[in-house]
Amino acid sequence: MQELLSTFVKAIFSENMIFAYFLGMCSYLAVSKTVKTANGLGLAVIFVLGITVPLNYLLENYILAEGALAWAGEEYAHLDLSYLSFIMFIAVIASMVQLVEMIVEKFAPALYGALGIFLPLIAVNCSILGGALFMQERQYPSILDATVFGLGSGLGWWIAIVAIAAIREKIRYSNVPPALRGLGITFIITGLMGIGFMSFMGIEYGGDEKTEETATIETTTNQDHAQVTSETE
Amino acid sequence: MSTEVQAPAKKKESLFSKKNKALLSDPLNDNNPITVQVLGICSALAITVQLEQAIMMSLSVLFVMIGGNVIVSLLRKVIPDRIRIIVQLVIVASLVIIVDETLQAVQPDVSEKLSVFVGLIITNCIIMGRLEAFALGNKPGPSVFDAIGNAMGYAWILLAVAVIREVFGSGAISLPGMGQVKFIPEAWYATNGGWYMDNNLMILPPMALIVVGIIIWVQRSKNTKLVEEN
Repeated sequence: MQELLSTFVKAIFSENMIFAYFLGMCSYLAVSKTVKTANGLGLAVIFVLGITVPLNYLLENYILAEGALAWAGEEYAHLDLSYLSFIMFIAVIASMVQLVEMIVEKFAPALYGALGIFLPLIAVNCSILGGALFMQERQYPSILDATVFGLGSGLGWWIAIVAIAAIREKIRYSNVPPALRGLGITFIITGLMGIGFMSFMGIEYGGDEKTEETATIETTTNQDHAQVTSETE
Repeated sequence: MSTEVQAPAKKKESLFSKKNKALLSDPLNDNNPITVQVLGICSALAITVQLEQAIMMSLSVLFVMIGGNVIVSLLRKVIPDRIRIIVQLVIVASLVIIVDETLQAVQPDVSEKLSVFVGLIITNCIIMGRLEAFALGNKPGPSVFDAIGNAMGYAWILLAVAVIREVFGSGAISLPGMGQVKFIPEAWYATNGGWYMDNNLMILPPMALIVVGIIIWVQRSKNTKLVEEN
């Protein structure tokens, strides 16, 4: 239970899809002009991530990974289909997004109109494929872990985009230098928010007494304190 | 879709005509994929910690873009409109698989540092964006130039950010095949009794955002066409 909670909280805060890994930046920058559209897109991303990560987990563990096909018969037990992961994950994601698009069109036509092209663009949103690839890389032990990770990442992305949209709405009345207006200042504010979110790295998640948990940002090896690694067991 | 009817005789466009040169030079400044079109931001920020990673990523994107643009441009009259996104995704995904396997074989340590970001080239908005905006409606020749131009525009931002971050953040430069080469003498470091300290803020992810923001600031100050109206 504690593992699940730790995965969930980490995915939202210290390993936030936007602030730690910069996944999904394109739609994040493009749709964050008003809180309403940002909210809609964020909710759609939570939904898509919460569904595609577990689906891809099943795909990974029962078809793609080395030895995963053993349930189909002894002769398939040695197959390693992981080189097909990219295509299979993307196929699952594209179909799920198509489904979400149809649901939104039916039940919330106003939101559908407001989001426009960005709804189908969730299919190529780096954060969705990124979620699947992180799940594959970290090899979560169960589908519950994968689901919790997916939902957490989506939630983190939603928090990020709603926050930046709220800020952008406010700074429309500020005195931003012309060359920084719009895109430039958004980048810098996002950077500052990222630094702010790094404060979550210090949270102790509990669980194993032996290992010290510090959050991961994938950085290069530099003997100085810049590199922080997490050892989850 | 363009039809090939032209009156009277079709003039073969020279390789370095004005149009093609514009395709190569526009994305470097006026139509830069990262700072103007706002595409391809994700990977641009995440892998610019070391110059080596930035170089390998730029080369990978260049390869995938040229391959993708050429293939889609050759197939542009045959792809049904309804499923074109899926077709594009499959083409790009296959090219990225080739790149990923090659990278793992040729430069395994860089491949490990890039980890998931090689796979994320598939969802790199620049590639899909240029396929939609250009390759679907133009011949393979100009599509190649468009691919090279945009890949170069993406690359120079990546390399600029990587150089700044690595020089100030690690006091080193890393090149493919050479690994990381420190050029600040060890004796200068404060830990060894000197005065110099690496700027550890540069290694953290948010600095990439701020550095790109500053590059945008400089670019738009010089190129006032790009300033946004409020």
